[in-house]
Amino acid sequence: MTLLLIVLLPLVGSLVPIASARSGRTTCAWLTAILPAIALGIAAWYTPAVFGGQLPQVSLDWVPALGLDIAFRLDGLSLLFVYLVLGIGLLIILYARYYLSEKDSMSRFYAYLMLFMTAMLGIVTADNLLLMWFFWELTSLSSFLLIGYWSHLSEARKGARMALTVTGAGGLCLLAGILLMGHVVGSYSLTTVLEHRELIQQSSLYQPILLLFLLGAFTKSAQFPFQFWLPHAMAAPTPVSAYLHSATMVKAGVFLLARMYPVLSGTDEWFYIVTLTGLATLLYGAFFALIKQDLKGVLAFSTISHLGLITLLFGFNSKLAAVAGVFHIINHATFKASLFMAAGIVDHECGTRDIRKLNGLWRYMPYTTVLAAVASASMAGVPLLNGFLSKEMFLAQSLEAQMLGGLSWMIPALATLGSVLSVAYSLRFIHDVFFNGEPRDLPKTPHEPPRYMRLPIEILILLCIMVGILPGIMVEPILRAATAAVVPGQAPEIHLALWHGFNLPLMMSAIALSAGVLVYLLRNHIYRFHRQFRAVNARQSFEFSVQRVVRSAQWGLDRFENGSLQRYMFLLLLSAVIVAAFGLMDVPSMAGLKSLQPLDPVVVTGAGILCLAGLGTVMLHRRRLLSLLFLSVVGMFVSLTFARFSAPDLALTQLAVEVVTIILLMLALFFLPQKTPKESSGRRVSRDILLSMIFGGVIASLNYAVLTRPLQSISTYFIENSVPGGGGHNIVNVILVDFRGFDTLGEITVLGIAGIAIYKLLNRLRLFMPSSDMEGRPWSPDRYPVILSSVSQTLLPLALLVSVFIFLRGHNLPGGGFIAGLVAAVVIILVYMSRGVEWTQRRMSFNYQPIAVTGVAIAALTGLGSWVFNKPFLTSSFGHFDIPLIGDIELATAMMFDLGVYLTVVGSTLMILANLGKVTTPHRPSKEKQ
Amino acid sequence: MDHLLVLPIVLPLVAGLATLIRREVGTRYKRSMSVGATALLVVVAALLVYMASDGTIRYYALGGWQPPFGIIMVLDRLSAMMVLLTSVLALFCCIYACAGQDEEGSNFHGLFQLQLMGINGAFMTGDLFNLFVFFEVLLIASYALLMHGGGKARTQSGLHYVALNLAGSSLFLIALGVLYGTLGTLNMADMASRIAGLGTDRTGLVKSAGLLLLTVFTLKSAMLPLYFWLPRAYAAAPAAVAALFAIMTKVGIYAIIRVFSLLFGDRSASLADMAAPWLWWGGLATLALAAIGCLSARDMRTLVSYLILVSVGTLLTAVSLPGNDSMAALLYYMIQTTLVTGGLFLLADIIDDQRGKAGARIVKSRPLRQSSLLGGLFLVGMAGVAGLPPFSGAIGKALILQSAEGSDRLWLWPILLIGGLCTIVAASRAGSTFFWRSHEGEPSGPLMGKRRGLATLALIGAAPLLSILAGPLTHYTQSTAQQLGNPSRYLDAILTPTPINQAMPTPAGEVSP
Repeated sequence: MTLLLIVLLPLVGSLVPIASARSGRTTCAWLTAILPAIALGIAAWYTPAVFGGQLPQVSLDWVPALGLDIAFRLDGLSLLFVYLVLGIGLLIILYARYYLSEKDSMSRFYAYLMLFMTAMLGIVTADNLLLMWFFWELTSLSSFLLIGYWSHLSEARKGARMALTVTGAGGLCLLAGILLMGHVVGSYSLTTVLEHRELIQQSSLYQPILLLFLLGAFTKSAQFPFQFWLPHAMAAPTPVSAYLHSATMVKAGVFLLARMYPVLSGTDEWFYIVTLTGLATLLYGAFFALIKQDLKGVLAFSTISHLGLITLLFGFNSKLAAVAGVFHIINHATFKASLFMAAGIVDHECGTRDIRKLNGLWRYMPYTTVLAAVASASMAGVPLLNGFLSKEMFLAQSLEAQMLGGLSWMIPALATLGSVLSVAYSLRFIHDVFFNGEPRDLPKTPHEPPRYMRLPIEILILLCIMVGILPGIMVEPILRAATAAVVPGQAPEIHLALWHGFNLPLMMSAIALSAGVLVYLLRNHIYRFHRQFRAVNARQSFEFSVQRVVRSAQWGLDRFENGSLQRYMFLLLLSAVIVAAFGLMDVPSMAGLKSLQPLDPVVVTGAGILCLAGLGTVMLHRRRLLSLLFLSVVGMFVSLTFARFSAPDLALTQLAVEVVTIILLMLALFFLPQKTPKESSGRRVSRDILLSMIFGGVIASLNYAVLTRPLQSISTYFIENSVPGGGGHNIVNVILVDFRGFDTLGEITVLGIAGIAIYKLLNRLRLFMPSSDMEGRPWSPDRYPVILSSVSQTLLPLALLVSVFIFLRGHNLPGGGFIAGLVAAVVIILVYMSRGVEWTQRRMSFNYQPIAVTGVAIAALTGLGSWVFNKPFLTSSFGHFDIPLIGDIELATAMMFDLGVYLTVVGSTLMILANLGKVTTPHRPSKEKQ
Repeated sequence: MDHLLVLPIVLPLVAGLATLIRREVGTRYKRSMSVGATALLVVVAALLVYMASDGTIRYYALGGWQPPFGIIMVLDRLSAMMVLLTSVLALFCCIYACAGQDEEGSNFHGLFQLQLMGINGAFMTGDLFNLFVFFEVLLIASYALLMHGGGKARTQSGLHYVALNLAGSSLFLIALGVLYGTLGTLNMADMASRIAGLGTDRTGLVKSAGLLLLTVFTLKSAMLPLYFWLPRAYAAAPAAVAALFAIMTKVGIYAIIRVFSLLFGDRSASLADMAAPWLWWGGLATLALAAIGCLSARDMRTLVSYLILVSVGTLLTAVSLPGNDSMAALLYYMIQTTLVTGGLFLLADIIDDQRGKAGARIVKSRPLRQSSLLGGLFLVGMAGVAGLPPFSGAIGKALILQSAEGSDRLWLWPILLIGGLCTIVAASRAGSTFFWRSHEGEPSGPLMGKRRGLATLALIGAAPLLSILAGPLTHYTQSTAQQLGNPSRYLDAILTPTPINQAMPTPAGEVSP
């Protein structure tokens, strides 16, 4: 369990700087360093065990469904990286304390840094591939935050997004690769995966897996052609560049190569892809490192080049090459981190990173000059320094690669070329910056940095030298342990020594050194040669392509979602008709077994008028009033149809609904132009006609097919149980208020909400009030005709009585709350229309919302009442009561429910009407109190 | 008699009516009523989940009318989970609205509660017609809420919303008519058992009606080419409403899962899996379109609307995948995406508030007042929906990717992963503009305050929290998927006590006076 602490401590540590933000900068730095230092101690405590060949592991369940466990391991490779991450991390914390200015938020920086450290430690110690991927993406996220730390700089923001996009994309590829790998192996556990080399390599999915893993690794390690994000990530503060973009995060890619080396390597695909990519990156990076005028740019490209070198080594499919790769990871981390920190000091003290301005700094900062020179020499591969050792191994291994057949000689040749360039840019870094004349217009006068800012570099340089001189003592044990994790089976013999005698690699080294000096001397020719190419700024072209993608997405989508309801509706109906037709084609014959009813003249005439009225509604739709009149004819005939086929309840309801809706629509029409202009093109109209004909045809066929098939339905149960169970002879009403009372409760809720919604819509609406019709004739000044108003007033009590009558008989005879409510609403509407809103409101000063809501509430409470008797919601009961004078009467709880329906219908309808009416009256109330 | 099963509907109904009955009542009363009722709903839902987790399928016969004749509410793992998800989301939306958005128009809290009644009803009901009724309740309530606060954008997008959805309701009715006309019943379990023994002359009709239902449900869940009502409406809606609407598309997806696993499951012979190809291609197309939409978004609300579409596409595609694993995966994904996208809508509103004229548009403007806090929330929320670890989205996406088999992978993986990348690009563009690229000058917007802060934090906090709890959650969704994969248990639970042909005992007798 102690193993968990290596990752957990830095995670907790990311909160420390936030908590200690107010305690001063130095204290904050020290406090931040405590937890990673403990973690480093734990790693050291494990070291003997790991060197002894043990494998400390810990595993906790997290998401078993996914195969994701919190599993960590500490093998040699992990241990090596843990040392790198924590050791360099601690130095960076110290360095950043002096690097960051007063304006920069220290706690934020440290918090991000610790988050990154956690993620990195997670990658290297994870024993579950998915867990590793979690941390992998977390490094992308935290590096995004760190690159964008100076968020006021445009290049920082863009650089951050670019890095996130590229490494994020790589991470997604890696995820796909891991999932495929898990599919093949049956587990994501690294320990298990590493045991199944044969299985993976023989699987048909090997190639996709390899490709996806490599894409992940190459994007992270900035391999060609994904190298472009790294130089722009240098917009980050220098401690970040030193830590993330040279020593650790970019190493995650090569770490992945090393991690998967035991199972993925050894095939031709691996060799070709990895070596060629590595080689291309090596040369590309080296060339541009020579060209760049920005100090950090030089280091960025040299990092790319060295990452290419490591990749190339892993590609060779030879055990010793892999060892060299691991060794170079260590060496590169030490010298490159110190170089970045030195560059940071130069930038910090001089105010610029432009090599053309920086010259002769040795006079101002002799100490730093020496440190930088040693680090550069190590990078160039000068003997007695660690860079020399791994470079020698690299050159030796390049000679071994034979996979290119007759062209195999090119690999050592190109490797030497890479080394030549490496020497040249290392030389340039030192000579151009610290020597070579006097500095030119520096913003600041340079001087030595604070003591402790130099300390991290000194430590790293010391390591470079000691490893270079005494490799056997310094790195051999850990290298051996790490190699054991990378190279399967018998570990190769490692002999780290300064002197191997005169051999070909030594000669190549010598060539590299001397030719490197030569190239440096001739550098102006290279610059001149390079000047003929147009400079391509990856950031700009990235930004440009993102912009272009965004703009074309906008262009396309604006055309697709053009805001036309006609188009959306067309697509909806088209989809419906296609799927419905799809099913209908499976029906063997449209007609079923039922015989048809005989036609009689009344039905035929009615159907004919119905069709014609429907057609009329559509054809006259641009003359709205006429169209509405035709619509009312349709409604009328639907009601008559119900009556003809013995459904008096439906007929009554339909009739009342028709009346109310048509009146409300007429009110709405008042605000609209009376004619709709012709807007659709002929093509559109014919398209729509075609669709509606097909739609009609399909629906008609469905209807016909359904109606001609005999049916056994649950309705017989309702017929049988209406009286004994529901206490009513009107089955329709019993269904509405009892069998399916819950549906009705829902529907009256809908009605209530509709009223409230319309209130919401109209409450603050200010509409243009026409004073004349389309032809300019003023509306009649006689707004409230006398005859109509007196008739309506007389009618009011009568109609209300009728509505009560219909309501009361509802349970046993055609009628019921819904119809009764509509009847009452209709007559009140009539009064409104004949007398005007103001007159009516003065006499009937109801607020309709409470009426409607009370209606629903009565229905709901009726339902709740049954809980008192321990019966389910909405259970009805009824009984016969003998009341004096009236006699025997049946009372049912369903009637209470029906009363709720009645009130809701009246309340909602009138609420809609009153609100529409209010819009028309000159004294519209302003925003009503809520 | 366990009245708990009907409480998710009755409780918000009563609370809604109590706040609506008088328009003039004090703000304080309405707020405490609404928040209190929603909090109580969370408790009820948690109890329901607890009840359901024993694997028994329970039902509640309304009015005592036993299935298949009366309407029933059914409690199984899925419905319990959906109700809990809704109530948790709603609680925080409600708290957010209490910071002032509820007073921008009339009757907010009442409508909000009725909306919850509609959503919960749709999740609980075991009757297809009753499902239609609850669809109507939630449609009309959502329309009213969408209009809350008024304004041109809302009115315009609201018209499209209501028109398309009403057309959808008509199609629903047609489908219901055909189904009742061929099967003669409305109870879903009964329908399923009748479909299993259907004659060949009727299968086509049932198929036709089933596919019409699919059209309606995919309209509700906003699948291409029926999604058009969503982006503008959601972007225009008031934040608390938009956040609640994160569950609305899931109602459609729930309906697809419920109806098609039950009615058209393995027992339905030739009709089995008839929805799969439509959902597969439609879901993939939606996913692709939504990714383009994310890239094209000009402001954060639109971006989040398209993120909703991304989740819809992902879910629909996953629904069409065979097997229980994909079902378990998509249920987990659904929980987390609903909460986090809801939180992002709230966040968009706060950002809008603090940026003055620029609002939520992705343009340079003055700095935010609470830049670090909002930036952190933005990062977590967006990383959560984009599927970046260590947040829940990554687990959900990985589960779905993992559940795809064979050649399905060739389509699903690239589209889902590239869609995720588009989300990352879009979100990093928006985020760096909001939090990094600002004019000089002092921030001056209003602070977000406790209520809005709590609500946003809680919903976006789901991204890390559900990731930590992924173990137990996926365990629950796995058993849910198993329950769904075995519809005969559902049928047994509902139809066995009173088989169709047996004589029915009358549920309510005469009460003597």
